Amino acid sequence: LLKNFETSFTKMLTGRNTAVLLASLGVGGAATSYLMSDSSTLSAEERRKLYPPSSDFPDLRKHNNCMASSLTPAIYSKLRDKLTPNNWSLDQCIQTGVDNPGHPFIKTVGMVAGDEETYEVFSEIFNPVIKDRHNGYDPCTMKHPTDLDASKITSGMFDENYVLSSRVRTGRSIRGLSLPPACSRAERREVERVVVQALSGLTGDLSGRYYSLGEMTEKEQQRLIDDHFLFDKPVSPLLTCAGMARDWPDARGIWHNNEKTFLIWINEEDHTRVISMEKGGNMKRVFERFCRGLKQVEHLIQERGWEFMWNERLGYILTCPSNLGTGLRAGVHVRLPKLSKDPRFSKILENLRLQKRGTGGVDTAAVGDTFDISNNDRLGKSEVELVQLLIDGVNHLIDCEKRLEKGQDIKVPSPVAQFKK
Amino acid sequence: MLTKWRQQTFKYFVVEEEFPELSKHNNHMAKVLTKDMYAKLRDKQTPTGFTVDDVIQTGVDNPGHPFIMTVGCVAGDEESYDVFKDLFDPVISDRHGGYKPSDKHKTDLNFENLKGGDDLDPNYVLSSRVRTGRSIKGYALPPHNSRGERRAVEKLSVEALNSLDGEFKGKYYPLKSMTDAEQEQLIADHFLFDKPVSPLLLAAGMARDWPDARGIWHNENKTFLVWVNEEDHLRVISMQKGGNMKEVFKRFCVGLQRIEEIFKKHNHGFMWNEHLGYILTCPSNLGTGLRGGVHVKLPKLSTHAKFEEILTRLRLQKRGTGGVDTASVGGVFDISNADRIGSSEVDQVQCVVDGVKLMVEMEKKLEKGEAIDSMIPAQK
Repeated sequence: LLKNFETSFTKMLTGRNTAVLLASLGVGGAATSYLMSDSSTLSAEERRKLYPPSSDFPDLRKHNNCMASSLTPAIYSKLRDKLTPNNWSLDQCIQTGVDNPGHPFIKTVGMVAGDEETYEVFSEIFNPVIKDRHNGYDPCTMKHPTDLDASKITSGMFDENYVLSSRVRTGRSIRGLSLPPACSRAERREVERVVVQALSGLTGDLSGRYYSLGEMTEKEQQRLIDDHFLFDKPVSPLLTCAGMARDWPDARGIWHNNEKTFLIWINEEDHTRVISMEKGGNMKRVFERFCRGLKQVEHLIQERGWEFMWNERLGYILTCPSNLGTGLRAGVHVRLPKLSKDPRFSKILENLRLQKRGTGGVDTAAVGDTFDISNNDRLGKSEVELVQLLIDGVNHLIDCEKRLEKGQDIKVPSPVAQFKK
Repeated sequence: MLTKWRQQTFKYFVVEEEFPELSKHNNHMAKVLTKDMYAKLRDKQTPTGFTVDDVIQTGVDNPGHPFIMTVGCVAGDEESYDVFKDLFDPVISDRHGGYKPSDKHKTDLNFENLKGGDDLDPNYVLSSRVRTGRSIKGYALPPHNSRGERRAVEKLSVEALNSLDGEFKGKYYPLKSMTDAEQEQLIADHFLFDKPVSPLLLAAGMARDWPDARGIWHNENKTFLVWVNEEDHLRVISMQKGGNMKEVFKRFCVGLQRIEEIFKKHNHGFMWNEHLGYILTCPSNLGTGLRGGVHVKLPKLSTHAKFEEILTRLRLQKRGTGGVDTASVGGVFDISNADRIGSSEVDQVQCVVDGVKLMVEMEKKLEKGEAIDSMIPAQK
């Protein structure tokens, strides 16, 4: 209890939203004085007393996202007045889901974490949302396996007549600093400092350079656009309503190695997004570099006393619950002219636990016959398992394509198992 | 385990680490905020928990336009203007022509004090309108209010408005439950307001929970309109076709007074003080929060070399007929008062009435090919 008080008290010095502490010290008097006078605005504590949770419960009747499906008045009532040690509230978690009712066909998550403790303090709403989004994964009873040993991968070299490029991405958060929806400018700048410092210690094929969004030259900017590396200020209301674009472009930037095969986004949707990629079908090499790079960065930040956010229930902690676990999306751009027209295509993908996207990324349409094929799952299976699933799945798709080319028939594979028992 | 990390990594970030990067910014907040000021204000907050970072977020996120100077800061509640006066006072001074912290603002909603205004030539003056905003005491403002507070403001406002009678008898249309037919009618009448798209408003958090507790109320005659929970708690608009600004202003004053009486009965009067007048979300709307204006045909005068000079001297501003930041169409301009604070409602509407009358006479002279130099007024 004393530790919590100290933390709250020291937080007061940053001036961030400490009305709770102040008000809680004088709660009785405050409420009385309000009722007796035609007075000015209520304090935060007075507001909470005068407005029961039911008066604040959001109208979610037209909403279709995971948050809206799971949030009940009872849960809201229990959690509304809680705060993380960083003074992040439930209302702040769910704001994006309240403001974005969702699409009738796509089910968005509808809530974000402001810090690592969010997933604990508000577990009563996050757990059912996680379960909903991650195929029944139960954080209360299950453990998430982490495995970044790329040597375990087999058959990781695709037929390059079909696979045009290979890519693996994930995210990492720096423990002790708030996440993009909640961080102050100072915290965000600290993330940038910690990560850029660590990256400057990478050597060999991983050595590279940082380009700060606010300070890059026009020439650098154009080159990064041409390489398809540059990220823009978010325009999606899903992100802007969650406060992730605040103070743009302060402390945002892009780091990549000289070979342009290892790229890191700093302070976009997560503290870091880590991407390994190359043209062609050598997914094994892409994943090997991915694991090596991640391990080296982790080692470099640990040298200075920092860590990644991780726990054995949820794996790597990221802003959006959809990215918990591995946060990993391994994918290829692959040509499947015949298979993509086969009516069984969707079912095959579903059973292989793969998803298709257009080559422009999520929510884009496919161009010609080239698809972005990647793993569906993030949580409950390790990195090695997911990449192997992707490899086996894509190899199977190419096999189907070849069979269709020869006029042979294909079979829909049986569904891949969900979680290890 | 986590506590150890929290304690180790948590540190008191010094001002330099927290201070926003404002070197490319062109808004009032950016021009005024210094590191010393920020250092002083960062440990403060209003009773509802609104901080200086909350105040300035919209100005940090919107560097501004090289030609248009935006305000770049908002209030989250009534106390913001007090707790953060070190920032708001110079911003108010810059925005409102040197208005000092010691100045007193005059409120005058006695329509009988307006002279004339009922004889603007309807061949030139197509429509007349007066708008202002009001904030309800005891509730946080749109950047900061909770859903419960916003709903309470709606409930109280609708109760007050529905109790009006005579020419003010009307109906409330909540944004989230209006029928398609109602929506189309409101659009056709130019009454409907949309979810804000301007990043100035979005970055200030004013679109949260849209369209919850937002709505439009108007009287049967469609001459008195109230927006609930858009940029302010209430925006009150009186309007009609033609040039009878006197009638528009009378309806405006009477309507406001009636509404205020009802709010006062519930111990929730309007936010007001004798220094800043009516308290609204944006510092640009302090004082009267009043924009009184007409749509007027001035095809010749608007191309005269001295047009801008005349407007400045008359303490008026021009806009296109689509509103702020639109261009004029067919020589028709929206002409309204430039001032908000330091002069009363009557003063400001008087400026519009007198100024527009003069400009219409100038237009007529120019039509006859006569010069207008002798008519150009001194600076008011």
